[in-house]
Amino acid sequence: MTDVLPPARLAARDLVRVSASGLRARPLRVLLSALGIAIGIGAMVAVVGISSSSQARLNAELNRLGTNLLTVSAGKTLFGDNAKLPAESVRMVARVGPVTSASGTGKVGDARVYRNDRIPADRSGGIVVLATRLDLLGTVGTDVASGTWLNAATARYPAAVLGADTARILGIAHASPEVQVWLGGRWFTVIGILDRAPLAPELDNAALVGWPVAQAALGFDGHPSTIYERSPDSAVAAVRDVLARTANPESPEEVVVSRPSDALAARAAANQSFAGLLLGVGAVALLVGGIGVANTMVISVLERRGEIGLRRALGATRGMIRSQFLAEALLLSVLGGVSGVVIGVGATAAFATTRDWPVTVPAYAIGGALVATALIGALAGLYPAMRAARLSPTEAIATT
Amino acid sequence: MTDEPVVVLDDVWRTYPAGVRAVRGVSVRIGRGELVAIVGPSGSGKSTLLHLMGTLDRPSSGAVVVDGMDVGTLGDRRLSALRAHRIGFVFQQFHLPVGVSTQDIVADGLLYSGLPLARRRARAVRALTDCGLDHRLAHRPNQLSGGEQQRVAVARAIVGTPALLLADEPTGNLDTRSGAEVMRLLHGLNAAGTTIVVITHNDEIAASLPRRIAVRDGEIVSDSRETQA
Repeated sequence: MTDVLPPARLAARDLVRVSASGLRARPLRVLLSALGIAIGIGAMVAVVGISSSSQARLNAELNRLGTNLLTVSAGKTLFGDNAKLPAESVRMVARVGPVTSASGTGKVGDARVYRNDRIPADRSGGIVVLATRLDLLGTVGTDVASGTWLNAATARYPAAVLGADTARILGIAHASPEVQVWLGGRWFTVIGILDRAPLAPELDNAALVGWPVAQAALGFDGHPSTIYERSPDSAVAAVRDVLARTANPESPEEVVVSRPSDALAARAAANQSFAGLLLGVGAVALLVGGIGVANTMVISVLERRGEIGLRRALGATRGMIRSQFLAEALLLSVLGGVSGVVIGVGATAAFATTRDWPVTVPAYAIGGALVATALIGALAGLYPAMRAARLSPTEAIATT
Repeated sequence: MTDEPVVVLDDVWRTYPAGVRAVRGVSVRIGRGELVAIVGPSGSGKSTLLHLMGTLDRPSSGAVVVDGMDVGTLGDRRLSALRAHRIGFVFQQFHLPVGVSTQDIVADGLLYSGLPLARRRARAVRALTDCGLDHRLAHRPNQLSGGEQQRVAVARAIVGTPALLLADEPTGNLDTRSGAEVMRLLHGLNAAGTTIVVITHNDEIAASLPRRIAVRDGEIVSDSRETQA
């Protein structure tokens, strides 16, 4: 006499083996439907990866440049004229307690810069002539790319240091004693060319000359137009509050105080919102991919009724049939997900490398992508798996 | 023949939802070690009878007892376990997956029995040897003749040493010679102790078996035993 038999369970290893062999039997179809998932996941991982690489680059740059630079510039008067900062305002700002360094530039109103004296006057290239104090570079945080910076001696003579864009516009690659430009109606020797100044982009298309020579030869009135100052990070907010009144005690409302690092961060934030849109597009692709997997599985169940019948005859329970098809859908979609992650990371690496950004793909993006594909696989496989399990064994066998 | 029958059908009816009565009040006992043919024209209900014996289908009324277990009292999981351990099936179609080795196909006959893979493979070799295919372990189905393919299917059915082997038109897709080859195998397995029920509409094959149950319109019209020469 036999007792009631114990229903066996399908070991996880057997389940994987069975579902993998189910997929192996139809390689092209598996490839195509996994591709749908891979494209969606790849797009999303790449979007997250590229935007966080860009964020990482910005953070590194801000780290290098510092976020404690404030600029004070002359705004407009009540009547809409250009306001002026008092001549002694740079010194006043430097005297504010926490300020560690302060410098300034003054716009030399009418002076224009040309490559030589034959260039028509109206082709000034938008270059601005600025009189500069000698401590400007340390405060702004930029450096000389070629040649030297002004010193107490050269500041008295017609010597100019060009911003990065200015040098490009004038077609000057290197500073040297032989290189001269036609500046404000006389020859100035180009003694230096600056690096880009991300926190003071107005320097990029300027030609900088010494304060004394500007006053003596170019009719500069000695009023600074922009003051740059740095203070410890903890004191930035406090300093900001007093800057306008310090720089121009008589009419503080004519002073504009700004923090250039905020502008950089804001530009990055604008890029982020664009990334959100792309992420949405990726999600749609992923959804379509999921529908593709569901479709593949439904067809697969219809085609494999004979196999289902045979497995039932061999002793598979409804649950085992359900698990088999569910596992197949999961495997299919995870296959797509893993390829998608590889594609996404590859795209991020390629894009970031061409721009010299650090390659950063956050772990949550990869983890999230894999969880999402598993979820999609489970959802896509659920209905086909239930249909397969509900099939009556006799009906399944009879169809072949 | 023996005291405890392998299959007992007691006044079994099977009515399909459309109102078709495929099996009408069939009572039959199949003893241990028997080799039985169920013969009848198509539509006679012989396939339904086989599905009922194999627990793939349940009777509308009446009792089916397989190897001492009343099918009516068992749920899907228990019935599946019963099939996994006690019943082997051979169908007219061979149902062999492409690209899988003969040994693994036969080993998968034990997939739902709870045995680990290594044991399943070892027993597959034994079953294939019993079926005269020990030289074909690594071959794929498309490298085998039709008769060999059906013998692989038989090996898969008997790899779990079932109490009952059910064969539904096992020679239906084979030429005469291959069919004879498969029938010789079934005779051999029966001689070694396996209880076998063969469904066929081929009178010649039926005549070669020791017990023949003729079915028509869902009823048994004759049940003849022949003392073998």
